[in-house]
Amino acid sequence: MKTFSRLAAVSVALLGTSLLTGCWERPPVDSYQRGFRGTAMVELNNPRDVPKQLAANAVPEVVPAITDGGPPASTVYKNVQVLGGISVGEFTRTMVSLTNWVSPKEGCNYCHVAGEGFEADTLYTKVVARKMLQMTQAINVDNKAHVGATGVTCYTCHRGEHIPANVWFTPPAAKTASRMVGGDGLQNKVAKDVGLSSLPADGLTPYLSQAMEIRTAGTTALPMRGETRNLHTTKQTEWTYSLMVHMSEGLGVNCTYCHNTRSFSSWESSTPQRVTAWHGIRMSRNLNNEYMEPLTSVFPASRKGEGGDVAKVNCATCHAGAYKPLFGAQMAKDFPALISKTDAPAAPVKVVSKR
Amino acid sequence: MAMLSFEKKYRVRGGTLLGGDLFDFWVGPFYVGFFGVTTIFFAVVGTALILWGASQGPTWNVWQINIAPPDLKYGLGLAPLMEGGLWQIITVCAIGAFVSWALREVEICRKLGMGFHVPFAFAFAILAYVTLVVIRPLLMGAWGHGFPYGIMSHLDWVSNTGYQYLHFHYNPAHMIAVSFFFATALALSLHGGLILSSTNPAKGEPVKTAEHENTFFRDAIGYSIGTLGVHRLGLFLALSAVFWSAVCIVISGPFWTRGWPEWWGWWLNLPVWK
Repeated sequence: MKTFSRLAAVSVALLGTSLLTGCWERPPVDSYQRGFRGTAMVELNNPRDVPKQLAANAVPEVVPAITDGGPPASTVYKNVQVLGGISVGEFTRTMVSLTNWVSPKEGCNYCHVAGEGFEADTLYTKVVARKMLQMTQAINVDNKAHVGATGVTCYTCHRGEHIPANVWFTPPAAKTASRMVGGDGLQNKVAKDVGLSSLPADGLTPYLSQAMEIRTAGTTALPMRGETRNLHTTKQTEWTYSLMVHMSEGLGVNCTYCHNTRSFSSWESSTPQRVTAWHGIRMSRNLNNEYMEPLTSVFPASRKGEGGDVAKVNCATCHAGAYKPLFGAQMAKDFPALISKTDAPAAPVKVVSKR
Repeated sequence: MAMLSFEKKYRVRGGTLLGGDLFDFWVGPFYVGFFGVTTIFFAVVGTALILWGASQGPTWNVWQINIAPPDLKYGLGLAPLMEGGLWQIITVCAIGAFVSWALREVEICRKLGMGFHVPFAFAFAILAYVTLVVIRPLLMGAWGHGFPYGIMSHLDWVSNTGYQYLHFHYNPAHMIAVSFFFATALALSLHGGLILSSTNPAKGEPVKTAEHENTFFRDAIGYSIGTLGVHRLGLFLALSAVFWSAVCIVISGPFWTRGWPEWWGWWLNLPVWK
């Protein structure tokens, strides 16, 4: 009996410590109602985390605007393919700004070789930067359904780094995938993208690179035969959940930010944010296929993933844990070069076959 | 309802907590007592308010009737009657009725000179309810965090509350609670099967005794907890299930605001393998 009570005491102590050592939070917590009262559509926030989040998403100082920028940049500089239409003053201001945003340490020399003319496309970084400028314009002009009037700048993703902190690569398939036992579906990998859950670690390739159907729920109350039957698999559903958990983690919100979970698919009972998110998924897929994939041959191997694929964007690339990137700071409006498209010939990038 | 021949000796005076002899009487087979009166009062008022609330709502469909708590903006204050105030009054009535019933059970236990196991067990059910509609809303700062009164609507609340934390199965207390619920069901099925087996012997054979029951389990799993012990075990398992259920919801929100899968970061960060 003595041994038993000692054993019990030890296990209770172990259980207690394990429950207490998890970084618990404490009241008071902030909560925001997202649906009709009593539906429990509620966003939660720990107010003690807010100062840290605000600091991480602070907007850098903007280079002062220019009133009279002079002649078009293309008349002053050579080989200006994307921003040739804007004034040379505004062009220089944009160049200085994007240097601050992407390569504050290396400065101009991150893309331009000292001693060569600015027009030379010697460094791959310059070719990438040109494509990224086009991408930024495409986001701000063609994707207003997602980015609204707020728009994005290089800083939205880069935040002073060459490579944005949140990019992703397609992980190579498991060695056993083609064998009889099959692969593990990259499950139980403790991946950050799926919130440390056991869900498949790669919920992005099927949706943000390929265009697999996200909705897997049946459309009938009971399982049906024939044409109306639901052919989606459990595995597809798990991928869907992986993508959804990524979106939650990327935006720092929970499932009820967009959905009333009584019926995930019902638009009638969803919040307006779900429409924005729907456009965001399509935007990310489009950016990956139209702007990132074509750069595959431009990037050196060291910048690519294990499978030789190019770094791609997901929700976290811009959002970085905030429900709106930089908490909705209106940064792009100060940069006319980024919020309008210039009719310029496409950058000479060798397009490799798309997936 | 006629009184059973042996029942008379259990109809004893005294043992009341409140009211002395005033309510110490029976109506038919039912003991009344002060708390019987308050139970009836709160139950009738609460039920009437639910019916009245339903009459003010859009449907009489019993599945869809919904009496929702206030908007979060009312915080811990009183809400207008038709915007959650009704829910607040009904909550008071429910707690009044449940607690009255538990105290009436206590009075009956005192009359019969038995232990308080029954009111103690019922108190856990009350604790679970009070945790949901009082303790957790208090900790989170708004009555609106309580669950709505309606058959479908309270299920929708459960679903959304789970998804507030992305995946509720990763809630450690939920794991413990679910395990206890399963253990309760297993223990009850083992016990029920045993009792039915020993009381329904083959034709012509006598009903089996506790020794047969003990022998069966000693043969099957090497140990028999015994006739008294199995009921203690059952009570422990069932109350543990309810207790950890209350814990799992009270930690969701007040003590953890993010996805439950993330909570397990401490496990991944143990110095042993970090």
